[in-house]
Amino acid sequence: MSRVVVALKDVKRDYPLGRESVHALQGVTLEIAAGDYVAIVGPSGCGKSTLLNLIGVIDKPTAGTVSIEGKRVDGMSDREATTFRLRTIGFVFQRFYLLPILSAVENVSLPMAEARVPAAERAERAAKLLEYVGLSERLNHRPSELSGGEQQRVAIARALANKPSLLLADEPTGELDAHTGAEIISLFRRLNDDGTTIVVVTHDEELATAARRQIHMRDGRIVGDAFEI
Amino acid sequence: MRISLAWASLIRHRSRTLLAVLGVAIAAAMLLDMVMLASGMRESFRELLMSRGFEVRLAPKGTLPFDTDASIPNVNAVIATLRANPDIEAISPVMGASIHVPVNGRNVSSATLGIDPSVQGDYELLEGADVKDGDALVANDHLLGELGARIGDTLDVATGYDPQTRSYTGQRKLVLSGRVRFIYGAAQQPASAMQRETLESMVEPERRNRASLFMVRLQKGSDSEAVRSWIAEQLPNVTAISIATAIAQVDQRLSYFRQLAFILGAVSLFVGFLLVTTLVTVSVNERSGEIAVMRAIGVSRAHVVQQIVVEGVAISAAGALVGLGLGLVTARYLNTILSAFPGLPMAIDFFLFQPRAAWSALGLLVASGIAAGIYPAWRAASLPIAESLRRDAIA
Repeated sequence: MSRVVVALKDVKRDYPLGRESVHALQGVTLEIAAGDYVAIVGPSGCGKSTLLNLIGVIDKPTAGTVSIEGKRVDGMSDREATTFRLRTIGFVFQRFYLLPILSAVENVSLPMAEARVPAAERAERAAKLLEYVGLSERLNHRPSELSGGEQQRVAIARALANKPSLLLADEPTGELDAHTGAEIISLFRRLNDDGTTIVVVTHDEELATAARRQIHMRDGRIVGDAFEI
Repeated sequence: MRISLAWASLIRHRSRTLLAVLGVAIAAAMLLDMVMLASGMRESFRELLMSRGFEVRLAPKGTLPFDTDASIPNVNAVIATLRANPDIEAISPVMGASIHVPVNGRNVSSATLGIDPSVQGDYELLEGADVKDGDALVANDHLLGELGARIGDTLDVATGYDPQTRSYTGQRKLVLSGRVRFIYGAAQQPASAMQRETLESMVEPERRNRASLFMVRLQKGSDSEAVRSWIAEQLPNVTAISIATAIAQVDQRLSYFRQLAFILGAVSLFVGFLLVTTLVTVSVNERSGEIAVMRAIGVSRAHVVQQIVVEGVAISAAGALVGLGLGLVTARYLNTILSAFPGLPMAIDFFLFQPRAAWSALGLLVASGIAAGIYPAWRAASLPIAESLRRDAIA
């Protein structure tokens, strides 16, 4: 097996719900290797997004350990976690979440500006990334001037801005029609072929099938882990 | 990037931003007016007293100048006593009285001052000549209007008038030599001045050689308080008032204005603070998902807070600038109304623009805008990212 990028060991995540406690994850152990393309699937409420949030260092486990790129991230301070996300992880969300006040190229530049990449360099890289996702003609368009598929491609370019070693996507085709969804699936495949490690959470069977590895979850546990043959 | 993000965010909701700026501007204008009112009248009074360079005034014992009809006897003896002090440069005795002028069968009355034209500090000449000889009289616009007279006209001026018999006493023909503006004169008050000797020649003998007020000019660098104390010792039958004591008395009388200004100023500041807090809170709540995504992609908490605070500062600063203009315009308008208050010198300004006080007040407003933005911004940037995203997705 190649280098391990994601390693979770007996991870639990509980949420308080009134006087009760919801056990969103109940002892998940998982390893994801560099260059993997993993789809996490399962019914709603099975803990897919919770697992993705823990891998993305935007949430902390109740118990267990989470390591990304060999670094323990479960005990990181907010500042450490923010810097870690900036340099190591790219996020793609179901609702794109582009800043409506910025153009496509500015949206892609935002994480680079945060990482203090010089202005000229980030403008050049943002343009290249938008060209990579097929939006070289839409650099200065605002999100409101782009279709859903185009917005999601901008979001993917933004996620790749700081050359992350891990790309996380939460239902990236959830708000797209079948045709546009297929374009995004194809783009993910191309990204993975080019060496990006991808983890997607999805209900979309086509997207899940496109992945090299499918992790099935139910009631906060991994119930199946299948590699593409 | 943060400034351009803040700017873009503000222009995204143009109407809301514009209304917020307008709201802050009104609060700023009111705050500025209250600051101008709190110290304006005092400063204006001080400037007025200082304008002719007379640092000490002498009034009959226990009174303020022209507060009553009382007067100081033995003018020449008082002058002689005062001249003994080397710190005293000039002495201007002023006698106050009323004059009456028959005009087309009706009587026109006016306050008049008997002065020494070489050292007088009560009026400034606008047109014509000063009261250089004993038969001259100068008048303000209001009296000229009531008399329907012009410079050069000869008037039958009397110091006594019996309205029942319509008879005049102490009459003398005087030539209107000039048009003047009385520095301490109240609005709408007809007033005139002539040489003190002229006025003395027209009043009853018992009122002669008396003065309602002495204005004393000191040598440069003299200690006005020391001279005031010296006068109080030398002339126990007069009240000597230095500018400092006069201002202290004015302060006492104006404490109501200051308290009112302080309360209204504090209310304005609080309203501005609440306005910015409300706007920033609404804006932050609306963008909770956006903020969570910024945090998720690696934007630091401090940078998110800075961006939101910059929005608050921009609104406060723009509001403060617009409020400055608005405040000055309203102050000028209100000043015109209040200056017409009976019995007050026309030259007194209720609202006086003092740059230091004004900038401090507006600076305080902008600072309150910053403070107003920090808490909601920090709270929003500190919310758990995953939870905020989940809530936003559900919403």
